[in-house]
Amino acid sequence: MSREKQQGRREFLKTSAAAAAVTIAPGVMLHTLSADAAPRTEPVTDKVRWGMLIDANKCADGCTECVAACDKENGLDLVDMPEGADPSLWERQRPRWIRQVKLKDNLSGRITNLPMMCQHCEEPPCVDVCPTGASFRRADGIVMVDRHICIGCRYCMMACPYKARSFIHAEVAEKLTHTPRGKGCVESCNFCVQRLDNGESTTACQEACKHQAIVFGDLNDPDSAVSQALKKYPSVQIRADLKLNTGVRYSNI
Amino acid sequence: MKKTHFSEWGIESPRYWGMLAVLGAIVAIAGGAVFYMEHNGHWVTGMTNQVVWGIPHVFAIFLIVAASGALNVASIGTAFDKKIYKPLGRLSALLAITLLAGGLAVLVLDLGQPGRLLIAMTHYNFKSIFAWNIYLYMGFMGIVAVYIWFMMDHRMKPYYKPVGVLAFLWRLILTTGTGSIFAFIVARQGYDAAILAPMFVIMSFAYGLAVYILVLMFAFKVDGRDIGYAIQRRLKNLLGVFAAAVFYFTLVYHLTNLYGTENHAYEAFILRDGGIYTLLFWAGWVFVGCLLPIGIVYHPSLGKTRGGLIAAATAVILGGFATMYVIVIGGQAFPMAMFPGKTIVASGFFDGVNGQPMLYSPTLAEFLLGIGGVALVLLLTFIGIRMLRFLPNSLSDEVADPHYTKS
Amino acid sequence: MTRKSVIMFLAASIAGLFISLVSAQAGEAVEGTAKADKLEQCVEPTPVMRRNHFEFIQHQRDLTVHEGIRGSKYSLAGCVDCHARKDAAGKAVPVNAEGQFCDGCHDYAAVSLKCFECHRTVPGEK
Repeated sequence: MSREKQQGRREFLKTSAAAAAVTIAPGVMLHTLSADAAPRTEPVTDKVRWGMLIDANKCADGCTECVAACDKENGLDLVDMPEGADPSLWERQRPRWIRQVKLKDNLSGRITNLPMMCQHCEEPPCVDVCPTGASFRRADGIVMVDRHICIGCRYCMMACPYKARSFIHAEVAEKLTHTPRGKGCVESCNFCVQRLDNGESTTACQEACKHQAIVFGDLNDPDSAVSQALKKYPSVQIRADLKLNTGVRYSNI
Repeated sequence: MKKTHFSEWGIESPRYWGMLAVLGAIVAIAGGAVFYMEHNGHWVTGMTNQVVWGIPHVFAIFLIVAASGALNVASIGTAFDKKIYKPLGRLSALLAITLLAGGLAVLVLDLGQPGRLLIAMTHYNFKSIFAWNIYLYMGFMGIVAVYIWFMMDHRMKPYYKPVGVLAFLWRLILTTGTGSIFAFIVARQGYDAAILAPMFVIMSFAYGLAVYILVLMFAFKVDGRDIGYAIQRRLKNLLGVFAAAVFYFTLVYHLTNLYGTENHAYEAFILRDGGIYTLLFWAGWVFVGCLLPIGIVYHPSLGKTRGGLIAAATAVILGGFATMYVIVIGGQAFPMAMFPGKTIVASGFFDGVNGQPMLYSPTLAEFLLGIGGVALVLLLTFIGIRMLRFLPNSLSDEVADPHYTKS
Repeated sequence: MTRKSVIMFLAASIAGLFISLVSAQAGEAVEGTAKADKLEQCVEPTPVMRRNHFEFIQHQRDLTVHEGIRGSKYSLAGCVDCHARKDAAGKAVPVNAEGQFCDGCHDYAAVSLKCFECHRTVPGEK
């Protein structure tokens, strides 16, 4: 029910944006929009590199809106605990794409909150180790799993420095059309690839963040909001020592 | 030294079939456990999104490592021309194949999608050590099979040595590859050390030889075949040297880790605060796996007995399992260092809150799968020695010892 | 018990089983409720689809997963969207349910149907 409501809201936002665009510049915008909003028909290229900047200062203590939005968008809330499972063990086995982490500085005691997810590395260790090539990096920088050839060895989970991946430990009864999911494969955040491929330009977590802590966009486009923000504020990569050139950056950790 | 004659394992049929039946039953139970785990999914195991490899991997990696080590006895005879080892070569090569088969079976049956094995054979990512290992394992089986053929077939005598040398080189690469599965993991503090690769080679020497000794002595004992002191002494001394080498590498591994401040937390975890991992490290890996066998082997009286050799080999194997547990599970239980200088005080995904290790409690099904792998190794080995001439008729001193003189 | 009565008993129970199976079927999907039921043909002529549908969706799956192409005429989501029937209450019936579009044929041809271990079996949530 709430899913439908949310979908409805998104549709509404899209159509109202389109209407606004049409009134401002009828000829040009109409063309761009129709090309943009339709499902993609050309292969993705490396002209775009999707990325994120997360401002830990803005990320609020105790807020889990982004986590809930991700669960809903990607059908993670549909993954039920199997009958007879131990709830505390199941908590460690259920999939999570994004999580809230609260840090305390050992010296100053300063508290920081931030969301952690797949960092979409340019040199992803998970892709290096995958025996079948199921773990791969798309031309536009999104690191994802091709479930059709994932054999469930979990070597990528051993190799990921961010603990970003989940293994599907049980049968999944209900799944969404755009996020297939089955027992025995590994998965992780894919920057809501189904949205991007259908012409949208936000992720569920960014859209859900009331505090504007997440800026998402094309790192290769100097005019994009994320590039502008990265230029303006100092930011870091988590485990920068590994030189993975992550697509997700953080400021004010 | 007399010419060695080989013959099939000659124990009475009821005994042979009885052993096969027991081993077959254990394998069948393991098959049931696999069906249970695959049917339900991995939630029925203790493995989680934090500890992704569990007991099956401990067994599988032990068996795979032991497989390459089991070939050593043959290699010493062939590649290094030690005559006394030559009669021991056939069983050594057979064990190398069966141990590898058992280990791979466990590894494959724990996959999330074991039915997609064909994909693993047709889709390769050549940057992956795992993918290389698939080639290394298959190649190893093929080369060792040819090696056995050349050992058994007199017409192939001229080619026997080159194949033996190739098998020896191949097994070195193979174990390096297995060690590299861990050595190349930059993400985790406990791995990401080049020394893991040679350390795995040394461990394979010890574990493979220990398994070889036990199987050889059992097969000979029940068949009324004789093993003289000359052979026992060689095997015993070799085992002592290998156990000492494992100890040395363990020392170097942890001392180099202790030198770098970044590894102090991990070392404190394994050596002092890690609970089960600390216990298994000191009691299992170091004491039972290294010091105890060294003590037995070099003990002036105990070391000369048959029982002493059996005890030392058993200790090396038990210590080996403890070692694998500490490396495989302990390495994952230690929280990843994502935020240096900071403590994680809350997390929605078990990131090691306040430095707490990840929990892992294995379930029965996981153990049954691992034990089934061991049973499969013995089953295949027993069938092999029954069907073909792997065992020398006698290894008594007058047959085996080149320096034997009748007194 | 005579032989005749045994035969009668068996015949009666088989007939009962058959009737209950048929009636259970009828209670589920209603014929003519799938979008495909109202169309002349699929995205290709029927014989082509019968022979090649797997090639089409397997090729498309790689394009979608690796290159992000979602706007082409072949897609598994399209199969499900068009071929799923509805029950009397208007609720979609899974295409892989017994006797339904995908299952009926795959069962007859004894070809395993792996898609729906992961993919959704009823039209999407749009």
